[in-house]
Amino acid sequence: MTSTMPRQASPDGAGGTPAISLRGAALSFGDRTLWEGLDLDILPGEFFAVLGPNGSGKTSFLKVLLGLQPLDTGTATIAGRPITRGSRNLGYIPQQKSFPPETPLRARDLVGLGIDGHRWGLRIRNRHYDEKVHRLLRDVGAESYADAPVGLLSGGEQQRLRAAQALATDPAVLLCDEPLLSLDLNHQQAVSALINRQRREKNSAVVFVTHEINPVIDYVDRVLYLADGRFRVGSPAEVMTSEVLSDLYDSPVEVLHSNGRIVVVGLPDATTHHHESA
Amino acid sequence: MDFQEIFSAIFTFDNYAQLLPLVRNSLIAGAVLGLLGGLIGMFVMMRDLAFAVHGIAELSFAGAAFALLAGANVVAGSLVGSVLAALVLGLMGIRARDRNSIIGVVMPFGLGLGILFLALYEGRAANKFGLLTGQIVSVDDVQLNLLVGCAVVVILALAAIWRPLTFASADADLAEARGVPVRGLSILFMVLLGISVALSIQVVGALLVLALLITPAAAALKVTSAPGPAVLLSVVFACTSVVGGILLALGGRIPISPYVTTISFAIYLVCRFIGSRRSARRSRHPGIPEPAAGRAVPTGS
Repeated sequence: MTSTMPRQASPDGAGGTPAISLRGAALSFGDRTLWEGLDLDILPGEFFAVLGPNGSGKTSFLKVLLGLQPLDTGTATIAGRPITRGSRNLGYIPQQKSFPPETPLRARDLVGLGIDGHRWGLRIRNRHYDEKVHRLLRDVGAESYADAPVGLLSGGEQQRLRAAQALATDPAVLLCDEPLLSLDLNHQQAVSALINRQRREKNSAVVFVTHEINPVIDYVDRVLYLADGRFRVGSPAEVMTSEVLSDLYDSPVEVLHSNGRIVVVGLPDATTHHHESA
Repeated sequence: MDFQEIFSAIFTFDNYAQLLPLVRNSLIAGAVLGLLGGLIGMFVMMRDLAFAVHGIAELSFAGAAFALLAGANVVAGSLVGSVLAALVLGLMGIRARDRNSIIGVVMPFGLGLGILFLALYEGRAANKFGLLTGQIVSVDDVQLNLLVGCAVVVILALAAIWRPLTFASADADLAEARGVPVRGLSILFMVLLGISVALSIQVVGALLVLALLITPAAAALKVTSAPGPAVLLSVVFACTSVVGGILLALGGRIPISPYVTTISFAIYLVCRFIGSRRSARRSRHPGIPEPAAGRAVPTGS
């Protein structure tokens, strides 16, 4: 565990350009502040988890990085450059959402859209494209269903393909929005291992939004915990404690450690409603 | 009317050789519309717009009926009605459920307006009926040029946006994150769809537009999921339906639409049958995964 810890964010240190850098960032909707005064550097190769209750601004945090949501104040850069929408420095793995059974795409076509789906016109097929699709399918272990219709694949298989799409541009930053939601345990492990491998082998920074830290607890270097307009950044050991979370929620919360897993008891808004849409 | 008479009303091939040259323009128009319907139908399926097509068609009918009453160009009236309706739906964007209820509210209003205009119209009755159920009038050169011109514009535009539109239709969130102008494409597509609906109405009529814009694509997707073959089959099915329908309707005194819809429905049935055998084979194949539970092939759409 300790071997994955020591990459402390040091904006002016020798670590080179941070993959993601936020300065004085604030975002609010109406008179509700999601977060403000957020200074953050996420380094290449870092596995960075974003946690918090529904409506705390986790998804909005991702949207800012994707360039879909401007900050109210402050600045945000990716690989030292201002954020632009559709940057090839960014890979995005959204929540699992099933394709209709009659979508006219096979697994290989879906992955292909990750390579050049944003370009205009029709695709002139060439060897370079075919090889790249093949390599991506192999990397995520999806070769056996390369020609299967995407609408007939299971949620876990579809999520592997989304990972392949996201890795198509070899991004410096991999943004994941609850990518394990509604997957069974096997696929949760497979998909998170896949994401972890990308940062190990390609030194991509991973921003992993989740409401459940346990499936990725072995990979996480640092945590951003958002709640009630406030936040805390640090290693899981620093943030996932009864004191810190009770302070964030302003209400007694107990954090239990069991078998390497973290269980949080007594969350004030343990709601059942779905993921925030903000 | 005994069976013999009914049969000869439906299938008559007397003087066929003399009639055929008269509908040369209609056949060209039919083939072009088949091409257009087969292409645009793929995206109608992907974007789940079947009901929207129906709604646009009713408003297009109102526009055409008004043009007929006012003595204006019927195709132009039809175009105005459907593009307006499509634009409104496109600008509202929103999820399929909200969209469907709005279409459900607006559609009968459009149909009612159209019937009002037709009731006020005192010209030939065949003109009235044709707007709803299609007609095989001899398309003159001016009409043919207008129709083919519009169709070519739509097909070229569709080719230009094909890839990002596919991306946006398959996974809007991801496409948006990749910089695809999802909303702009959606509105542009609705305009193209509006034009296609207005053109199709000229042949199959407002009530039966789905036979040209949905059925061929739906049939193609029953037998293949590979994008290239799916598009090709969809186009072939649509062209076969329209051109075949015109050829069969030629001698008889029945409107063209029953022929077109029947051919296209028969193709769909055959494809469905092939598709069910195909998926049965897939589920026995070890290398390819079975369909996930709870997402078995639904019955129609």
